[in-house]
Amino acid sequence: MFLAVRSTFLLFFMVAILDASVWNSPYSETLRRQNVLFSSFSSPPKHLDPVLSYNANEWAILSQIYEPPLQYNYLKRPYVLEPLSLTDMPEVTYLDRLGKEVDRLSDKVSYSRYRLYLREDIRYAPHPAFARNSNGTLRYGKIDWKTLDSLETLNDLKERGSRRVTAEDYAYAIKRMAVRQYHSPILDTMIPYIVGLRAFSKQITAVAKDKREKKEVLDLRPYHIRGVKVIDRNTLEITIRGKYPQFLYWLAMNFFAPIPWEADLFYQQEGLQAKNISLDTTPVGTGAYYLAENNPNARMRLKRNPLFHTEYYPSLSLIEQQAAGISEALLADSGQPLPFIDEAVYSLEKESIPLWNKFLQGYYDASGISAEAFDQAVQIGSSGSMGLSEAMKQQGISLISAVQPSIFYMAFNMADPVVGGYSVAQRKLRQAISIAQDQEEYISIFLNGRGVAAQGPIPPGIFGHEEGKRGINPVVYDWVEGRRVRKSLAVAKRLLAEAGYPGGISAKTGKRLKLYYDTTATGPDDRALMDWRRKQFAKLGIELVIRATDYNRFQEKVRKGKVQLFSWGWNADYPDPENFLFLLYGGNAVIDTNGAGINSANYKNPEFDTLFREIRTMENTPERLAKIEKMLQIAREDAPWVWGFYPKSLVLVHSWFKNVSPNAMANNTLKYKRIDPRTRYVKQELWNRPAVLPLLIMIAAAVLGLLWLYRAYRKSEEAVISPAGKEGKS
Amino acid sequence: MTLHLLLTDILVWVLVLLFVLLGWRMGRSVQIRRTWHRIFRSKVAMASAVILLFYILFALLDSVHFRVDNANEKNALREGEIVSLLDLGMLHRKHYSERTYSAPFALREYTKSTVVDEQGRARQRYLPLCYVKDGDYIRQSVLGAGLGLLIALGFILVHWVWRRKREEETVLPWLSAYITFALLFMLFGCMYVMSFSYHVLGTDKVGGDVLYASLKSIRTGVLIGTLTTLVTLPLAVVLGVSAGYFRGWVDDVIQYLYTTLSSIPGVLLIAAGVLTMQVVMDQYADWFASTLERSDLRLLFLIVILGVTSWTSLCRMVRAETLRIAKMDYVTAARAFGVGKMRIMLRHIVPNLMHIILISVALDFSGLVLAEAVLSYVGVGVDPTMYSWGNMINQARLEMAREPMVWWSLFASFIFMFILVLAANLFSDRVQHVLDPRNVS
Amino acid sequence: MFAYIIRRVLYAIPILIGVNLITFMLFFMLNSPDDMARAQLGAKQTTPAMITAWKAEKGYDKPLFYNEKALGIEKVTDTLFVQESLKLFAFDFGRSDANRDIGREIRERMGPSLSIALPTFLIALVTNISLALLLVLFRGSMLDLSMMVAAVMIMSVSGLFYIILGQVLFSKLWHWVPISGYAHGWEGVKFILLPVFIGVFAGLGSGVRWYRAIFLEQINQDYVRTARAKGLSEIRVLFTHVLRNGMLPILTGVVVIIPSLFMGSLIMESFFGIPGLGSYTIDAINAQDFAIVKAMVFLGSVLYIVGLILTDISYTLFDPRVTL
Repeated sequence: MFLAVRSTFLLFFMVAILDASVWNSPYSETLRRQNVLFSSFSSPPKHLDPVLSYNANEWAILSQIYEPPLQYNYLKRPYVLEPLSLTDMPEVTYLDRLGKEVDRLSDKVSYSRYRLYLREDIRYAPHPAFARNSNGTLRYGKIDWKTLDSLETLNDLKERGSRRVTAEDYAYAIKRMAVRQYHSPILDTMIPYIVGLRAFSKQITAVAKDKREKKEVLDLRPYHIRGVKVIDRNTLEITIRGKYPQFLYWLAMNFFAPIPWEADLFYQQEGLQAKNISLDTTPVGTGAYYLAENNPNARMRLKRNPLFHTEYYPSLSLIEQQAAGISEALLADSGQPLPFIDEAVYSLEKESIPLWNKFLQGYYDASGISAEAFDQAVQIGSSGSMGLSEAMKQQGISLISAVQPSIFYMAFNMADPVVGGYSVAQRKLRQAISIAQDQEEYISIFLNGRGVAAQGPIPPGIFGHEEGKRGINPVVYDWVEGRRVRKSLAVAKRLLAEAGYPGGISAKTGKRLKLYYDTTATGPDDRALMDWRRKQFAKLGIELVIRATDYNRFQEKVRKGKVQLFSWGWNADYPDPENFLFLLYGGNAVIDTNGAGINSANYKNPEFDTLFREIRTMENTPERLAKIEKMLQIAREDAPWVWGFYPKSLVLVHSWFKNVSPNAMANNTLKYKRIDPRTRYVKQELWNRPAVLPLLIMIAAAVLGLLWLYRAYRKSEEAVISPAGKEGKS
Repeated sequence: MTLHLLLTDILVWVLVLLFVLLGWRMGRSVQIRRTWHRIFRSKVAMASAVILLFYILFALLDSVHFRVDNANEKNALREGEIVSLLDLGMLHRKHYSERTYSAPFALREYTKSTVVDEQGRARQRYLPLCYVKDGDYIRQSVLGAGLGLLIALGFILVHWVWRRKREEETVLPWLSAYITFALLFMLFGCMYVMSFSYHVLGTDKVGGDVLYASLKSIRTGVLIGTLTTLVTLPLAVVLGVSAGYFRGWVDDVIQYLYTTLSSIPGVLLIAAGVLTMQVVMDQYADWFASTLERSDLRLLFLIVILGVTSWTSLCRMVRAETLRIAKMDYVTAARAFGVGKMRIMLRHIVPNLMHIILISVALDFSGLVLAEAVLSYVGVGVDPTMYSWGNMINQARLEMAREPMVWWSLFASFIFMFILVLAANLFSDRVQHVLDPRNVS
Repeated sequence: MFAYIIRRVLYAIPILIGVNLITFMLFFMLNSPDDMARAQLGAKQTTPAMITAWKAEKGYDKPLFYNEKALGIEKVTDTLFVQESLKLFAFDFGRSDANRDIGREIRERMGPSLSIALPTFLIALVTNISLALLLVLFRGSMLDLSMMVAAVMIMSVSGLFYIILGQVLFSKLWHWVPISGYAHGWEGVKFILLPVFIGVFAGLGSGVRWYRAIFLEQINQDYVRTARAKGLSEIRVLFTHVLRNGMLPILTGVVVIIPSLFMGSLIMESFFGIPGLGSYTIDAINAQDFAIVKAMVFLGSVLYIVGLILTDISYTLFDPRVTL
């Protein structure tokens, strides 16, 4: 029996070795030969329900499956919205209080009405929820216990169906958003805008509570939001209070993707939840892919949606191409039907080392660059540009980098008596500190140059950001010979003295100024980081005390305004300056809003706030630009933040991976990408030849060792036996 | 400079004092002296003990801290900075750090950087290191080794004369102790002298000297290994003896306590401990003004929690042994004579548990040193600003992925840790061999 | 014997309550329900309305231990602690904050954990015992001595080194096995080779020493001498007498580990990307997912207690002198 097992094992092993010329492939031989993308994720996606999912790692998967009405053009820069499941961009009309149509610029505008015209060829990916019996009723509307018992995954329900998307499905998604029990993260943001949402949310939340207590199913179809109207099968009308041009950006997010009522009711059936089958784990979308396997602990698999509507790879005019700075290679597929890749396999990779090594071995098609691997991959050129190292070039790897629409900053708590306040002296203290924080050094030491020193809250690529002399922060920088130069330490020291702390010593008390910096940093690299921080303050003679706390406590301190200095960051939701400037708007101050605000520096400047209210609803006109510039000047002068840096993303891509363009706003990018599986297969074979010699040596050593032991044992045995044998003879 | 002892410093010296007192008291008992003689009769035990002492010496040197009162350009100390004796000896490697990685004994950085030359062209080249001097390897190493040997010989001579005076019968393998001692001094002397001209073990990511980091880590490792037992022992012995002697409900309660405690994941306990520490620090913010004092407090809490979680196994053993001893004739007799319960426990039971306690202390030491590395990996170890082998390994994991590999941090922490743990294991082996009653035959 | 088991099982109940109580206190000392809501909602702007809704949904709106608003006995029972604990004792682990059924999740993760832990355990057992027997066979020789030194050396290296070096050597340089990953069935064998090898190797030092000590104790017993005097070959003596009589201490030492095999190993699993139970608890602590933490701590203590009971039972089975 044992022998049999062992020999089958050996046989299997021999077959496995002979079968594949590489031994270390994490994928099966057949999979490697197919048109499959291999990628990774570092933390398991928690939620795949578009109503509440709001994380980048979740959206990386979800956006391939769901389709909101709009999307960002994959190639165009600056970022431009285009219709995705609509025939055209939404039609906007402006109404006064009585509902009469008025001009956009009229000051009587009380409502804006968005009309969405749907494409007629959009269908859901096949799903059991749509399957129907011959008499037209839903096949799995009421799953019986017997089927349920034998059910492991959704794939066990054999019959599938599909149907066209209708305007009702989009309305259904917005209704789901209103149900408090579904925890939509943007409900409170949308309530002031969408007409009737507040009342509807209250009503439907109560209904949902009631239904849950009675264990009834919640069907949202009979309920209606006043401002969300289904005109006909193909037309949806959303009414917004006042003017809110940013609403279009929200329409490009998954929150507004259609949800079919069949699926909502299907998943509410008792027993499915316990099998981890819910809308949260098994999405139903119209996108280019559907989720074929969901195992957040190991891997996620997307497969091509057979019913995907026609869509073509974008083409650009020559002018657009130059504006976006895009190479010819990225346009090779222009006009080709999407998607190109048949399947995408995402594997969980918690540690950065295996991830990096597998990328180098060719088992991942693309990889970010961790700081550890940076020197190995990238060389900084003379002008600060980055190029690939020789070893990488030889492997045919290429480098793609882009500045992210994000900012990392160090904030002063403006409500703090020492570092906050708006008096001249207090402002000068902050300015002095701002000059002393050498961001350029920070970027070079801790980011390997993967960032740009920030001049204000608005990152590159967003309206309102200016390059060159016009864009510098005159409080911290000078413009010298066509370059920006950080002001000298002497300037900072002078400002500090004027602020009442000559040499870092308080003129009033005679004591050294001591400031507190709160952080949650506990990683292995953080000692160097904190040392660096301290040094920046020591340059001015200020003593910086680092208070490391856990994340909960840190957040609580920030919410209650019990901090002095802390670092924070912001990622754009949408490419509009409002999305950054509102971080400094007084109405959002965190201590005034019970912790819900996002102005965690508690910056409140009446002039800034007035201007903000004006630019909020403006179109991107020169007038808006002028006002934004004014706001930036005010903020730079007040220095509520030490404007940190805009991070740069770097991606390494293998030669067989095509059409990769960094697009920080679009998430549904998988459909544009292309793989050349044949080249990949060849390279994988080439780069992963197993070293057989060490194995042979080890086997030989083991055999020799055993032989030697056997002989030694025989010898000792003889030594024992022979005297006994003699005795026996005599 | 004024003396400024950290909390753990005070504990370390209390522990040293306790050991001296204990040694002095026990030294008067002939029986115990004989046992110790038997332990040290092994050459390996003798050599291991010398190595352990060497490590402890560094930990002690690093446990005397001073606050710098006035900054001095010459010695590159900052005002208000807290430095230890070890730091003072290693000043030339404490403050002068390079830019980034460099290999052991290298004169230039490990990776190329872009430099703009006079013509304004960018070139890839290896930047030279700032704080190295190219000198004669051989002369310096011979000098260092010779110096070390000389000092070692001095100590050995003193000890030898002292032994001759006491005219003790030589049963102990002093020669192997002397040789180990001399070798260690030579090795360290060699490295120390060379460290003035080179980064003997290279530099880390931000240019810190790896030799310095490894030496500083000794204190962390040794403290976790020794101070934890200070928490463990009283808990385990008092509870274990009480459970075994009183039986009944006391036994039930104590057994309940340790079964419950050992079921709770240590991570949760440590996280809670760290939080308590933060609350303490927020309340007494002035006491823990510097980062060093904050990380020191975290070390202390870690030690306390490790102690609280690791007393259970020893307690179980003590309980079982007490149960056995309590049934012995002499205990029954003592009880019949009306000797008090406390007295019986102190006089008759505890002394007979000594072998179990000693064996477990010796065994736990190496386990705790190794555990520190794993805890750092999980993210609940010592403060990231503290020098420790765990933190070094944690960083080195990432360095191994580089091409070419940065191996020296991992290598240094490996060697330093390996020697300590090996010595501790060999010594505890011997202790176990001598003290375990099963081995008497 | 049967009565004994019943008694031990009953005895386990107060322990489980205690463990649960301490977990509760520790967890809610670290995180308040508001913190948990914020962590789970993960939105950029978390409004009080969202937090209230989340707490009501998950049942965290109840007080922890004492409900002032309730009446009579409900003051104590209508609390978070009692409500949640009762479900645990029925092994109803509820749903995690990521909305997955925890019981099912544990069952799914147990497989991968076992596929590493079980082979490691079995191979280590066989390797350690055979090496120990070999050393006993050659006791006192140079082989014995050098192997013992090697064993102490193996013990003195942190497990992290073995993993790092193993990955560099076998995966990065020699391309023998994948660096990390997991697959079910035969396909998965190549993934577990390295972790199992490293697991076995890292435990070799302490294992061999322990078994050797056990066997050496046996070999000096009278019955072994008698057997040898009867002219049995050394190997026969070792296998028939020494091994058999050494089984009792081996079994009692080993049985206690078996239940904990289910819980997996944190370090191994995160380095090798095994989707097992090892990192489940710590990930949940970091993500402030209380439902998982309490379920895992509960399961851990149950398995621990089962291990203790199994040890006691194995004593009686293999040593007739012991009665329970």
